[in-house]
Amino acid sequence: MEFFRIRRDIPFMENALIFNVISFLTFAAAVFFLITRGLHLSVEFTGGTVMEVSYSQPADVEKVRRTVAGLGFADVQVQNFGTSRDVLIRLPAQKGVSSAQQSERVIRELCTSEGGDYKTDPQQDGRVSCKTSAGAEPLVLKRTEFVGPQVGEELATDGLKALAMVVFGIVVYLAFRFEWKFAVAAIIANLHDVVIILGFFAFFQWEFSLAVLAAVLAVLGYSVNESVVIFDRIRENFRRYRKLTTIQIIDNAITSTISRTIITHGCTQMMVLSMLLFGGPTLHHFALALTIGILFGIYSSVFVAAAIAMWLGIKREDLVKSSTRREGDPNDPNAGATV
Amino acid sequence: MNRYPIWKYAIILVALVIGALYTLPNFFGEAPAVQVSSSKATIKVDAGTRARVEDALAKAGIRPEAVMLDASSVKVRVADTDAQLKVKDALQKALNPDPADPVYVVALNLLSGSPQWLSALRAAPMYLGLDLRGGVHFMLQVDMQAALSKKAESLAGDLRTALREKSVRHGGISRNGQAIEVRLRDTPTVQATRDVIADQFTDLVVAVAPEGSEYKLTATIKPEAARRVQEQALKQNMVTLHNRINELGVAEPVIQQQGLDRIVVQLPGVQDTARAKEILGRTATLEVRMVDESAEARAAEVGAGPVPFGTEKFLERNGQAVVVKKQVIFTGDNLTDAQPGFDNQTQEAAVHLTLDAKGARIFKDVTRENVGKRMAILLFEKGKGEVVTAPVIRSEIGGGRVQISGRMTTVEANDTALLLRAGSLAAPMEIIEEYTIGPTLGAENISKGFHSVAWGFAAICAFMAVYYMLFGLFSGLALAVNLLLLVAVLSMLQATLTLPGMAAMALALGMAIDSNVLINERVREELRNGASAQAAINAGYERAWNTIFDSNITTLIAGVALLAFGSGPVRGFAVVHCIGILTSMFSAVFFSRGLVNLWYGRKKKLKTVSIGTVWRPAADGVITKAE
Repeated sequence: MEFFRIRRDIPFMENALIFNVISFLTFAAAVFFLITRGLHLSVEFTGGTVMEVSYSQPADVEKVRRTVAGLGFADVQVQNFGTSRDVLIRLPAQKGVSSAQQSERVIRELCTSEGGDYKTDPQQDGRVSCKTSAGAEPLVLKRTEFVGPQVGEELATDGLKALAMVVFGIVVYLAFRFEWKFAVAAIIANLHDVVIILGFFAFFQWEFSLAVLAAVLAVLGYSVNESVVIFDRIRENFRRYRKLTTIQIIDNAITSTISRTIITHGCTQMMVLSMLLFGGPTLHHFALALTIGILFGIYSSVFVAAAIAMWLGIKREDLVKSSTRREGDPNDPNAGATV
Repeated sequence: MNRYPIWKYAIILVALVIGALYTLPNFFGEAPAVQVSSSKATIKVDAGTRARVEDALAKAGIRPEAVMLDASSVKVRVADTDAQLKVKDALQKALNPDPADPVYVVALNLLSGSPQWLSALRAAPMYLGLDLRGGVHFMLQVDMQAALSKKAESLAGDLRTALREKSVRHGGISRNGQAIEVRLRDTPTVQATRDVIADQFTDLVVAVAPEGSEYKLTATIKPEAARRVQEQALKQNMVTLHNRINELGVAEPVIQQQGLDRIVVQLPGVQDTARAKEILGRTATLEVRMVDESAEARAAEVGAGPVPFGTEKFLERNGQAVVVKKQVIFTGDNLTDAQPGFDNQTQEAAVHLTLDAKGARIFKDVTRENVGKRMAILLFEKGKGEVVTAPVIRSEIGGGRVQISGRMTTVEANDTALLLRAGSLAAPMEIIEEYTIGPTLGAENISKGFHSVAWGFAAICAFMAVYYMLFGLFSGLALAVNLLLLVAVLSMLQATLTLPGMAAMALALGMAIDSNVLINERVREELRNGASAQAAINAGYERAWNTIFDSNITTLIAGVALLAFGSGPVRGFAVVHCIGILTSMFSAVFFSRGLVNLWYGRKKKLKTVSIGTVWRPAADGVITKAE
């Protein structure tokens, strides 16, 4: 099987300007949404309490909201989580109240409102459960999570530090392995992906959690791969084809790697799709961030990174300084191709 | 050109065997077990305990699958959960004759069901994180400022005593935050105070400022001493937490230091957060009282008479009864430190106690009046007292430095010091992060993670096999080996597997296939350009390697950054991500090349390679199937 039957090099660089304008517009839109809407940060960053409660019947979200608000908590968010029977309750961090008590009070109240009694069951090794007098279990507390405000701030700064370190590390490595122009082009292209992912999260108000942050950073490292593969080919082409112009060389490099790019990303995307389908609500946003990252990764390394490298004015001499003089026959197509 | 020397195959074989061995325990699942560990620092679990356990089981007529002894516990593996409960009851009865005062923690646990020979190789399954097995997680912040204030307070008291002993007149000593302020009238007293501090309080730095006609001397704790105080506070809090958690009967609690001032506590399987929190936050108290030496009390000790009025009977750790007076001489608040050590003269094991100024004063008076009598140190927890030690007073003891020695082994001295210190938390703690994961959610998460990996893996393998034919099959095999090695390495490291970790595993596989796609595409390209089959394979692998290396390095940079700055779930993700990249370099390049070499290497006149369609633009419209 072969999906890609490309007869001659596709003139990507002729249209570079158009792609760059598109990129710039998406980028600007992403920044706009990030500023106007902001990220819907998860409790890990903001501090507060999250409770996941599973009802035996489809849950009445409105009633849950009323019950919890009746306890005097402000800004309570209640929403379905995964299925109609699972409910996610978020309570903002409150000064002075140990949040541990918060979740305890909420679950007790919810249990009472369903006609149950929340207590320790000695027969189940001290497990706490909500049982009605008839012995039914109307709701189960699946998980609670409390994060103090000081932890959230740290996570945010640590996240930014990690991002800075990834950017710095990749720029240094690429500058060392190729040339600074490539490094700059690759990192601009991929940061543009990151901003676009964040823009999606801001636009749809998807929850931005630690797992999503991990996905964003992983995808940053991964889609730099794309640029690296193309740059590798550009370097090789510079050595191999003496007579072609820089634009032709870039076009050829992209054309000859595009099948690999799409197949690789397709495979990775299959895995991510599997996570999206089977991973449940916990992995949902993680997989979503990866999906956007992968799609824009293809786009940006093909259309953006190479174009920026071109604008920055890469030349044959940048990459094949010493080897050009050593090679003999300039007509040998394999001259300079080192193994 | 496409042949591996024998040693390369040997490496592959060894890696596969080791990988398989260490991955294997993960497939045996977990068998129900009962774990017996000591609930008191002074009681060790050893071969004797194991014998008692076996004995108790034999008496109850239960035949366990295995009884194992490790560093701190005896584990009994049984066939099913019914037997598990029976064993628990039997052991509970046999080992803890007095239910009100349990000596051993008998807890239900899950043990790896892998056979003995695997355990002997130290091959154990991955440790499942809380989000996969259910339980409670706390992160506690130790209030270091309070620990320093407490230290400053006790130093201020000590300084007051020292100045009085040297007859240095001062206008008052007070603690202001973490600084000690002394008001002094003239320069000679300033100098005298400076001398005392330089001589006896090496942890303090002094600054003097004139204030009106007087001088104000400010002593602050030196940074290195402050660091020591903080480290000790953290350690002591962890020890205290450990002792308390033992009571909960948790099979494998995790108590770890995180950063400079945080403690992470994880209690797998615990669902009752309220009780866990109550126990973590409880304070134990230490009391020092006099032993009643009267004849009636002696009689009461051996059970021959009633306990005299105004006294109480407590048990020593060895079970011997001691009758002590109800009047409390001083409490643990006055005890600043307890350390094991040796007697200067006799070189016997001893415990050194340090009392604060108030405690020292009381102690001096009491010891002066009670030479030859016994003094008991009691530890109260859950409102129940226990005599830690009851030494005889040999002479008057002043200065607040007390030594307890005689008939003690070094181990006993260690344990006693620990118990004395464990009485209280060195500094208050606050819960800053907490999560509870129900057991059903844990099981759901495992199946979700497993399905994500399994289906994604299957889809990739199927696609690769269809698209690249035999080479795709090799790539699929290489991916399987990657998964095998990844799981093996994680099991070897005993890394904690979490749901983000499983996501990282899936992602690692999705990214690892990149290397094989690169290689296969390169081989096709070489064939397209008219290279011979063998040359194409060789060139494909060689040329792809540079690119694979570069791209893996950039991914690794991101992984390392996550590892360095991530916490909690992100760390779990990063560990798997990084290891996955490293194993993929081995499997995708070295191993898959091995397979290809094995298959094609010896065929000298190889005409075609099964790598799917190699389409050539020259042969317009004609599809050459290279097979």
